[in-house]
Amino acid sequence: MSLQDRPSLVMQTFVRPTDNQTQNGRRGRKTHALVLLVIVTNVFGNVFLSRGMHQVGRIVSASPFDYVRAFANPWTTLGIVILVVWIFSDLALLSRADLSFVLPVTASAYVLVALLGHFFLHDHISWERWMGILLITGGVVLAEETPTRTTTGPPEHLIPERLL
Amino acid sequence: MKWILVGIIALCNTLGDVLNTAGMKRQGEVEDLRPWTLLRMIRKIFRNPLVLGGFAALAVSFFALLSLLSITTVSFAVPATAVSYLLETLLAKYILGEDVRWRRWAAATLVACGVVMLSF
Repeated sequence: MSLQDRPSLVMQTFVRPTDNQTQNGRRGRKTHALVLLVIVTNVFGNVFLSRGMHQVGRIVSASPFDYVRAFANPWTTLGIVILVVWIFSDLALLSRADLSFVLPVTASAYVLVALLGHFFLHDHISWERWMGILLITGGVVLAEETPTRTTTGPPEHLIPERLL
Repeated sequence: MKWILVGIIALCNTLGDVLNTAGMKRQGEVEDLRPWTLLRMIRKIFRNPLVLGGFAALAVSFFALLSLLSITTVSFAVPATAVSYLLETLLAKYILGEDVRWRRWAAATLVACGVVMLSF
C-alpha cells in the first residue's frame, strides 16, 4: 500500500461513519428529542396548571363537581392536556432508555422552573436554591456522559410468567 | 403520620417508575415519534399489566401526597422525592439489571441533594 493510499484508508476507518454508528447516532438523537419533550411538557404543564389553579382558587371539598369546575379554566385544561402528553412521552422515553439515565437527566425540569420563575416572574432565588440548581445541573451533566441504554431486551426475571 | 405518608410516597413513586420501566421495556422500543406510532403505544399500554400496575402505584403516591399537603407544608414532601432518586437508582441496578456505575450514582446523589436545597 502506497503512502498516498493511507489518508483514504484513515478517512474510511475513522471519519466515515459505519452503518452501525449512523444508526446509533440516529437512535441517540431520537432519545434526546424525547428527553427534551419530557422536560418541556413537564415544565409548561406544571406552570400552566399552577396558574389555572391559582385563578380558580382554593378547593377544599369532597364534591367532585368543585374539581370539575377547575376544568372550566383554560389554563388548567391546557396544563392537564400538556401533562397527559408528558406522561406518554415519559413512557416512550422509558421504552428506549435506562431508568437510572432518565431520572437525573429529566431533573433539569426543576432547574428550568426555578430559572423561568426568576427571569420572567422575578422570583427571588436564595443562595441555597442557587446551590440546588448547580447540584442538579452537575447531576444532569454527569448522567449525560453515560450511554442512554445499557440493557438489551426486557428484564424478564421481574415479570411473572402469567403476565407474559 | 407525616413520616408514614412520606414513606408511602417514596415507596409508591419508586415502585411506579420501576414497573413502568419494566413494562415499557417489555412492550418494546418506541421507534419514532409519529402520531400513529404513539397512538399504537398508548393502545398497547392499556393491555400492559406492568404499566397499569405502575399507574396504580403512582396514583397511590399522588393521593398520599395530597393527604400530606393537607396536614403539612410542601417542603415536608421533599425528602420523599429526594429518597426516590436514590431508591430508584438502586432498584434500576439490582432489579432492572441496568449498568449503574459511579457517574450515575453521583448524578442521582447530586440531583437528590439539589432537590433538597431547592426547597429552602
